[in-house]
Amino acid sequence: DGTSCVSVCARCLAKSDGVISIQDNRISIWSVGDLGNVGLNGEYQGEPQLLCDIRHNGDVMDMQFLDQERIVVASSTGNVTIFRHHQNNQTLSANQRWEKAHYHVDRDASCGGAACTGVICSNPEIVTVGEDGRINLFRADQKDAVRTIDNADSSTLHAVTFLRTTEILTVNSIGQLKIWDLRQQRNEPSQIFSLTGDRVPLHCVDRHPNQQHIVATGGQDGMLSIWDIRQGTMPVSLLNAHEAEMWEVHFHPSNPDHLFTCSEDGSLWHWDTSTSVSEKPSFLHQGGRSTTYFSHNTINQSVVSAWLSNDPTKDRMEITNLIPNQTLSVNSLDILGPCLVYGTDAEAIYVNRHLFA
Amino acid sequence: SEQAAGEKPHCELQRTESCKVQVTAEGGKGKALCGEGRPSSSCVFVVRKDQDIYIQTLRKLFNESHGIFIGLQRSEEEFAGKSRKTQLVQVSKNYRSVIRACMEDMHQAAVSARDPALHSQYSTQVSILSAMELIWNLCEILFVEAAVAGPLLLRLLDWVRLHVCDVDNMVREVLSSENPSKHELFWNVVDVFVLQGRMDEARHLLSKEASANPTSVNMCRILDDLMKKMPVPSLGNTQTLTEMELKWQHWHEECQRYLQDGTFASNSHMESICKILLGDENAILEKKELMTTWYHFLVTRLLYSHPTVKPMELRFYAQSSMDLFLGGESSPEPLDTILMAAFEFELHQVIKECSIALSNWWFVAHLTDLLDHCKLLQSHNLYFGSNMREFLLLEYASGLFSHYSLWQLGVDYFDHCPEYGRVYLELHIERIPLNTEQKALKVLRICEQRQMHEQVRSICKIMAMKALRNNRLGSALSWSIRAKDAAFATLISDRFLKDYCEKGCFSDLDLIDNLGPSMLLSDRLTFLGKYREFHRLYGEKRFSEAAKLLLMLMTAHIAPCSFWMTLLTDALPLLEQKEVIFSAEQTYELMRCLEDLTAGKSDKQKFQDDDVETMKVEMLRLALARNLARVIVKEGTLEGS
Repeated sequence: DGTSCVSVCARCLAKSDGVISIQDNRISIWSVGDLGNVGLNGEYQGEPQLLCDIRHNGDVMDMQFLDQERIVVASSTGNVTIFRHHQNNQTLSANQRWEKAHYHVDRDASCGGAACTGVICSNPEIVTVGEDGRINLFRADQKDAVRTIDNADSSTLHAVTFLRTTEILTVNSIGQLKIWDLRQQRNEPSQIFSLTGDRVPLHCVDRHPNQQHIVATGGQDGMLSIWDIRQGTMPVSLLNAHEAEMWEVHFHPSNPDHLFTCSEDGSLWHWDTSTSVSEKPSFLHQGGRSTTYFSHNTINQSVVSAWLSNDPTKDRMEITNLIPNQTLSVNSLDILGPCLVYGTDAEAIYVNRHLFA
Repeated sequence: SEQAAGEKPHCELQRTESCKVQVTAEGGKGKALCGEGRPSSSCVFVVRKDQDIYIQTLRKLFNESHGIFIGLQRSEEEFAGKSRKTQLVQVSKNYRSVIRACMEDMHQAAVSARDPALHSQYSTQVSILSAMELIWNLCEILFVEAAVAGPLLLRLLDWVRLHVCDVDNMVREVLSSENPSKHELFWNVVDVFVLQGRMDEARHLLSKEASANPTSVNMCRILDDLMKKMPVPSLGNTQTLTEMELKWQHWHEECQRYLQDGTFASNSHMESICKILLGDENAILEKKELMTTWYHFLVTRLLYSHPTVKPMELRFYAQSSMDLFLGGESSPEPLDTILMAAFEFELHQVIKECSIALSNWWFVAHLTDLLDHCKLLQSHNLYFGSNMREFLLLEYASGLFSHYSLWQLGVDYFDHCPEYGRVYLELHIERIPLNTEQKALKVLRICEQRQMHEQVRSICKIMAMKALRNNRLGSALSWSIRAKDAAFATLISDRFLKDYCEKGCFSDLDLIDNLGPSMLLSDRLTFLGKYREFHRLYGEKRFSEAAKLLLMLMTAHIAPCSFWMTLLTDALPLLEQKEVIFSAEQTYELMRCLEDLTAGKSDKQKFQDDDVETMKVEMLRLALARNLARVIVKEGTLEGS
C-alpha cells in the first residue's frame, strides 16, 4: 500500500506507489540531485523532482534496476516487466514483459495469475519468485524463461537474492531459507535452513556484500536473524527488532558493518556494528535511540565478521530508529553511498542524503 | 424511485420509461444501483459518490492531514492553558499549509493539463481549495485562536490581505512601471493599500507623487503624516484598549479637521482617501471594485471606524456590510453564508453549511475535530447517539475505505471514534479485497493490534481456503498457524494424507519435514508429522525405531481410525524382515489393533469388503503370527554372541 518499493540507482531513484486494484498504480522516476554533493552551507539540494512516470498494471511487489536504464518490476498480476528509462526525453516505456510468469493452477484463467513477490537481477539474468511457489530464471531480451522450477516450494516464496553467481537464496512463509543451485538440473534446493521454534514466515533476505556466508533475514514477527550458511541449519543470532512484519533488510553495499531494516510498525532501524563506536559521532540527531549491548569479538575483526557474535567482549551494536514520528508502515528502503531512500504507506518517499554525516 | 432519507442526489440519471432506481446507503454517502430500460437492453449502472478521493492531486491532502490529525490526537493533554492554545493554533496552521500545498500542485496540474475538461476540473478544484482555506483561516482566527478585541482586527487584516489577490497584478504593474505616479492606475493602487491598511506602502507611493508633482507636496505631507500617526491595535501588551481608543479618537478628530478645512479639496483622490480614513461608508463603498468582496469591505470598515471591535460585535457589522456591499443586486453565495455564520459565531451552522456545500467530508471532519479539541462543541448529541465530531469522522473514514490504498488512513480515524469507531472498523475491514498476501498481512496486523479475533480468524480462513484451492498446501498451513486454526490444520493434513494414499508418496516434503512446534496445532497434523518421520526412519533403515513409532501412532490414538489399515499394511515389510524387529509384546499389540479394526466392522461391511481387503487382513494375520512365532523363540533362547 502507499509506496511499496524504492530502488536506488546512482543518479535517480524509482518509486512505485501502487497498491491494489486497476486504478492508478505508477512507476515513477525521481531525481535527487548528485548524491554526496552538499550545497554551499551543507544543506541538501531541495526536494526530489519527478522526472517521468508510467502506469503499471497491478501492484508493484518488488523491483530492481537491471542496469543504468532498465528496471525490472514484479507485479501482483504475476507479470514481470522490464521498463526502460529514456534519459534523453525523460520517458519510461515498457521494454519487455513476461506475462503470467507466476500463476496458480490455470494459467489461462483471467484470475489465474499469482503475485510475483520478489525479483533479483544480475545483468542479464533475472530471477523471480512468487506466491505460486515457483522460481523463474529469465534472461533480458530472451522471450522464454531460461529455467522454471514449478512447485519449488509448497508455500509462498517471499523474497530472493543471489548467493553466488549461480546460486540463489529464497525465503518462504513457513520460515525456511533455501539455497538453490541453478546449475543443477534437479528441482530440489541444495540446502534448507529453518528457524527454531515457531515457523514464523520470513519476508526478506539479504547477503553480506563481502562475506558470502553471512545472510540476514527478517520475519513476520519483526525478528532479524543472522545466518552462517557454512554451518548448521539454524540461525546464528536472533535479534528482537520490530513489532510487526519486517519488510526489507539490506546490508549497506559498501559499508557492510551497517544494516538497515524497515517494518510494518512504521520504523526503520539502522544497525551499526562498526567497532569504534565511541569515536563516531551520533550521525542522526533525530529519532529514538536505543543502545543494546551485544557481544563482539573485536580482535580478529577482518576474519570474523561483527555480525557473527560469539563471546561476550567489549563492543556493542548500536541500533537507531531513523523515523521520529512513526505512523504508517515503511514498505521499502534502499541505500547507496551516503544516501538512504525509503517509502511509506502514507504515500511518501523520504530521502536522507547524509547517512554518515 | 426510492431515495435514502436526507440524501441529496449528486448524479443525473437518464430516465427511460421503465426504469427502476434503487439507492443503497453505503459508507454514508450512498451508491445508486439502477437498471435502465426496455426489455431488450439491460444495463446496470453503478453510480458512486465520493469521487474526490480518486483525484490524484488530492491524495497528498488526505495523507498529510492524516499525519496532522494523528499528531493532534496523540498530543492530547500534554499542555494546558495558553501553551495548549498555541499548540492548537499551530495545528490549524499546519492544516492550512497542507491545503495551500495542495492548491499549488493542483494549479500546476491545471496549467500543464492539455485536455480542456481536465484543465477546468483542476481549476475548479483550485478555487474550492482556496475557499476552504479562506474559511479555515477565519475559523482559526475567531475560534481556535479566539482573538480578542485589538489583535482581532490585525488578524482580520492579515486574512484579507492573504485572500484578496485579484488586485495583485495591478499592484505589480504600477510598482514596476518607470514612473508610477504617472500610471493611470496609480491612485487605484494607493487606494488598495489604504483599504487594506498597508500604510507604509501607501506612504511610499505618496512620496513618489510628492516628488513628481510639486503642487501636491503639502497635501502629501499632511496625508503622509496622518497615515503615519494612525493608531493601530498592538499585539503585545504595550497599551490597553482604552488607551488605544483614546489615541484613536484624537487622531480621528484631527483627520476630521483637515477634511473640513478643505485641505484636500483640490485633489479628489486624496480627499477620498481622507474620507476613507475617517471611515466614511460611502467613500469606502465607492471603491467596491478594488475590494471585490463584502468581507473585505467589512474589515476596512472596522479598521477605520471601529478598530477595537470585540468578537461578539462582529455579527452586526458583518450583516450590515454584506447588505451594503451586495446592495440587493446579488444574493449571497454558499461561501458568503458560511462566512456570515462564522462571524455570527454559529459554529454548528458553519459546519452544516460546509457539509452541504462541499463534495467530500474532509474539510468538515478535520475542522470539527480541531474545534472539538478546542472544547468549543458541546456534546451536541445527534438523534442516533454519537456526537457531531464522531459522526463526521466516521463519514469521512468510511469514504476512505472504498479507496484501494487510502483505507489505511481510515483505520486511524476509526480508532479515534470512541463510540462507533470499532464497529465501523470491524465491518469495513472485512470487506477490503485481498488480492495479495502482503495486503492480507497488513489487514491482519491491524486486526491483531486491536484484538479483533473474529476478523483475524475470518481473514486467515479466506486466505487459507484460497491457498488450498490453488494447491498451495504450505501457504494454507501457514495461514492456519497464524490463526491458530486447528480445524483448518486438520483439513490440510487430511489433504496431505489423501494425496499420499492416492500417489503412494508425500508431496511437499519440505513442509512436512519441517513442521516444528506447529505440528501440535492439531492432532491430525501431529499424526502427519510423525507418520512422515516413520517413513524417514524406515528409509534410513532404523527399523526398530520406526517400528516403535508406528506402534505408538496406533496405541496412543494419534492416528485416525481410518488410517489404521494403512499403518498396519506399512508394518508388513517390517514383519517380513530377515531379523526380528517387533518384540512379542509389540506383536501382541499389533494383533490387538488388527482385531479391534476388524471387529469394529459390522457384518454387512465385511460382506462388502472386496477380495483385496480380505486378503490384506489375511496376510497381516499370517505375518503377525509368523513374527510372533519367531520372536517367542528368539526371546526364549539365551542370547547368542
